[in-house]
Amino acid sequence: MAKNADRITELRVEGITKRFPGTLACDAISLRVGEGEALALVGENGAGKTTLMNILMGLYQPDEGKIFINGSPVRFRTPNDAYAAGIGMVHQHFMLVPNMTVAENVALGSAELRGRFRLNLGAARARIRQISERYGLAVLPDAYVWQLSVGEQQRVELVKTLCFGAKFLILDEPTSALTPQETDELIALLSRMTADMPLIFISHKLAEVKALSNKVTILRAGRVAFSGDTADHSSADLAALMTGHEVKLPCNECADGCGETLLAVRDLKVRSDRGHYALDGASLEVRAGEILGLAGVSGNGQRELADALAGLRSAESGSIALAGTELSGLAPRQIIGAGMGYIPEDRQTEGIVPSFSVSENLTLKDFASPRFAAGPFLRLKAADANAAELKKRYDIRCPSTATPAGSLSGGNIQKVILARELARGPKALVAVYPTRGLDMGAEEFIHKRLLELRCEGVAVLLISEELDELMNLSDRIAVIYKGRILATIPAQEATRARLGALMAGLREEEGATA
Amino acid sequence: MNLLLVLQNILAIGVPFSVALLLAALGEMFNQRAGVFNLGCEGIMAMGAFLGFLPSFLLKGGALAPWAPAIGIACAALAGVLLGLLFGLVTVSFRAPQGIAGIGLQMLGWGTAGTLSRHFVGGVTGIPGIDAWPIPGLSKIPFLGPILFSMTPFGYFGFLMVPISWYVLFKTPWGLKVRAVGTHPRAADTMGTNVARTRYQALMLGGAMAGLAGAYLSLAQAKMFADDIVAGRGFIAVALVYFGRWHPLYILGGSLLFSIAQSFQLAIQVLGIDFPYEFAVMLPYVLVILVLAFAKNSRLRGPAELGKPYNREKRV
Amino acid sequence: MNRTYRTLYSAAIILAAAAAAVGIGALVLMAIGVSVPETYRVILTEPFKDMYGITEILVRTVPLILVGLGIAISFRSGILNIGAEGQMQIGILAATAVALALPNLPKWLLLPLVLLAGALGGALWGSIAGLLKARLGVNEILSTVMLNYIAAQLHGFLLRGPMIDPAELQVGSGTPQSMRLPKAAWLDRILTGYRLHWGLAIALGLAVIVYFLMWRTTWGFRMRAAGAEAKAARYAGIRVESCLAAAMILAGAFAGLAGAIEVTGVHRRAIEGVSAGYGFSGIVVALFGGLHPAGIVPSAFFFGLLLIGADMTQRALSVPANMVLVLQGAVILSIVSAKTWLNDPYARDKAVRKMAALFGGGRK
Repeated sequence: MAKNADRITELRVEGITKRFPGTLACDAISLRVGEGEALALVGENGAGKTTLMNILMGLYQPDEGKIFINGSPVRFRTPNDAYAAGIGMVHQHFMLVPNMTVAENVALGSAELRGRFRLNLGAARARIRQISERYGLAVLPDAYVWQLSVGEQQRVELVKTLCFGAKFLILDEPTSALTPQETDELIALLSRMTADMPLIFISHKLAEVKALSNKVTILRAGRVAFSGDTADHSSADLAALMTGHEVKLPCNECADGCGETLLAVRDLKVRSDRGHYALDGASLEVRAGEILGLAGVSGNGQRELADALAGLRSAESGSIALAGTELSGLAPRQIIGAGMGYIPEDRQTEGIVPSFSVSENLTLKDFASPRFAAGPFLRLKAADANAAELKKRYDIRCPSTATPAGSLSGGNIQKVILARELARGPKALVAVYPTRGLDMGAEEFIHKRLLELRCEGVAVLLISEELDELMNLSDRIAVIYKGRILATIPAQEATRARLGALMAGLREEEGATA
Repeated sequence: MNLLLVLQNILAIGVPFSVALLLAALGEMFNQRAGVFNLGCEGIMAMGAFLGFLPSFLLKGGALAPWAPAIGIACAALAGVLLGLLFGLVTVSFRAPQGIAGIGLQMLGWGTAGTLSRHFVGGVTGIPGIDAWPIPGLSKIPFLGPILFSMTPFGYFGFLMVPISWYVLFKTPWGLKVRAVGTHPRAADTMGTNVARTRYQALMLGGAMAGLAGAYLSLAQAKMFADDIVAGRGFIAVALVYFGRWHPLYILGGSLLFSIAQSFQLAIQVLGIDFPYEFAVMLPYVLVILVLAFAKNSRLRGPAELGKPYNREKRV
Repeated sequence: MNRTYRTLYSAAIILAAAAAAVGIGALVLMAIGVSVPETYRVILTEPFKDMYGITEILVRTVPLILVGLGIAISFRSGILNIGAEGQMQIGILAATAVALALPNLPKWLLLPLVLLAGALGGALWGSIAGLLKARLGVNEILSTVMLNYIAAQLHGFLLRGPMIDPAELQVGSGTPQSMRLPKAAWLDRILTGYRLHWGLAIALGLAVIVYFLMWRTTWGFRMRAAGAEAKAARYAGIRVESCLAAAMILAGAFAGLAGAIEVTGVHRRAIEGVSAGYGFSGIVVALFGGLHPAGIVPSAFFFGLLLIGADMTQRALSVPANMVLVLQGAVILSIVSAKTWLNDPYARDKAVRKMAALFGGGRK
């Protein structure tokens, strides 16, 4: 254990290796952060950034490698050890207990702030006030976490970490759920904090990397691909280093071939699990041969819209029409039958049955059709032949089509889902965060397929929070905010700033169709 | 006036009846608040009932006889702790599905209590048990006195556990940890709370309380032991936790409701009302089903991660 | 090389689980001061000593297969049926009532009718929990446990009251049992002098049918999908709630049929204790058999052996027959623990790497 020095002047990691079933998440990674430095850790999804940080937090045990603080070796068996050594982490998915107050959350993490036998929240409240004044982070100690907005929770997460006495900060994609304006504020704050404590900052947004960090380390497939000073390299250089080659994700370049409206949602009102209107009169139209992107900070009704389109959440009022057929009120089975394709948000549990074979998963929606069943009996041979063909056509990498689908990598699972949906020849396709957490190769594959679908005249609704993905693929982009479509703008006219303002709920004078 | 007396008698039986349910349900509340659904409660109660009974049986008439109930209570609590540990091993460390593991623990506890009792005791035998200890003065209050202040010390202890449980759950650092690991274990883990240890502790406490609940049945309520002495009270206790929305006060209300329903059944027999007693016995079980059917949405307020094992090393 | 280590890993876990189950049993046996090896020897070998023992194992195997099949269907479909005991008792009552009400029907009509009545009775009882789960989200474990207690009271009430054998009332002994069933409702015995009956053939036939139903039909596909991952099944257009209700009804039907077969094949009347804990043992049988008919048949035989063996130890070594519950509980805890280890690729990979480091070979 490191001595309780006042400051952490150096954090060094040497040869960290961590394996997960089937993957090598970190492969002999070494890096160093010194006093006054902000290290940006960049890399694609799945490059091993989060795994490395979870090792630094004592959440995962490394299979090999060592960590040094101020020159002396440390070993973190639990997150407690890491805290004791002065390391604090702001997680991408906030580590806050939602049904507790901010003060209770802080008390949970700090033995000295909560008292021994009697819970004393006074000390926690005082510490919260002290930290919020010092860094200008307004936080109400007695608010329940679940009542706070995403931006506020982000602030609480940071304050919480500082309350625990962090002397070194790790931030895992801290801006991923923020609007562009909130992002700017956070970056400014973090730059000020660098003077007090070194920090590691994970991101794949190169603009932020340039703005905040003075050193950058790029991870690729679990290895350090590059380390150097941020100032010496342009964003374009970094992007190339990140992926290992010049990346050119496919773009929506062919001419506007849109036909008539295929999928139309009008004045849809849907309640969330908590009972309020998550969709509050949303309307949008997707035409044949068009990709409509739906942008928005997550939690603004995307989930409920997707559920309603799948028939899994009933609409209070309003209509959903696919090629003239009214879908609201229909069962999922009927909606599928009407020609709706669907790529669900959580591929592991919504897109596939993990314990079923690849072959079974590929017939999950058609197992009772004459093609795969003779009367009540399954035609297993037909299903296997179908699987063999789709495996080839969609380049699904699996030992055999009898392998349980849950054991495949994320990219291959997504290919299984895509193969199943596209082979059914849908009229419209709803894709919910289709590339989230996938590597660049899989992302490229999926983008290509979506563009092909567009050319075949399918109406595609792409729900995503990656602005680049939306701007590259879409014909038009709709922005959802608090359950309403604030505006729908042609993709050529969309800029990050304009979309950012809309995502933050700033209504435009023109183009507002909500 | 006569009716009032009948009511007084029903309540004077029903209120002490609730202690076993109350202790078991409060223990289960700690388990579930920590995220573990322990259906083995029934089996732990059976062991508690047997071990609570055994010293009184073995030491009957001996010099140590006055101490026998205390020894029995200690043994029952200890057995509960050990069975709680075993359940923790299976569901927390090995991350086995909790529902079916609970049924396994129930069979194990029930079977062990039955096997040991047949061997050491043989048939059904009575014991002196714990005597009622009317509180001087208070027990003389008309109507309420015989109901609330004429119980055994064990009974008073059971009711005292309601405020104690409330305090522990909401006003101590440990209670904070328990609530956190049941709702968002990963967050609790990143903030330095050992999820497995906290769940083990909750299971040990819950086990001890279920063991005590069993001992109450054999020592204070029935004053004897039979294989089926628990008769589903462990399962009813689990249902009461749902019904009571994971809160000690509501759980107290639920326990009283059920035990008073049970004492009605006795009243029917004693008063010689012509009503098949089998249907009267059914009453509490039917009530559980009805309660579960109408408390269906309470899940939203319960611990979010109830029933889900936590694996720190799992990739999220 | 890695393959060998992987097999070794699985074998080690299965052995450890078996040792744990046997060990827990041994602890209890030591507590009552009997010889542990001797007890296990009697349980596992004594029943094979003569024809009586073997046929009696098979007599127990029949209800265990049937109940186990029903429970496997329910578990595979994502609903845990703990209520087989109660469903069996309702099946017993329904079968007995039909047999006693129609004593003059010919055998070819009456016997199937009686068995069907038993299955329907069990299905009805199962449907309560199934519908409560599907419609109101009531935890099925708790509701089925409660329904067990309710069924037991109903069973007692009917056998002590409306359905009691009038002869019992005349003699005044008041044993709670029904009249003897008409011969036309009897399942024939296979061998004269032994209680083994043709229910065995029914059970084995149904095992084959359940396999086809669950793994070769669209209906079974739907049920297994709903049970394996309800969310994905919903997105694929499967009505999960209907599957849950159907599974519980079917599981109830199997338990009810088991009850009817016990009545028509073994006891020939409804009497207390016909269900004899088969409803709970069936859970262990199903889990031990891997929730698959091909595993359930041998597993039912094994637990039939344990039941007979436990009876014999009671007589030979005066080990209480409750011991069988101890073993069953221990087996459940061991199986569910072992399963998570067997299905955890992370733990397996880690162990394989350790073995490779220790004994050489294998890739990193």
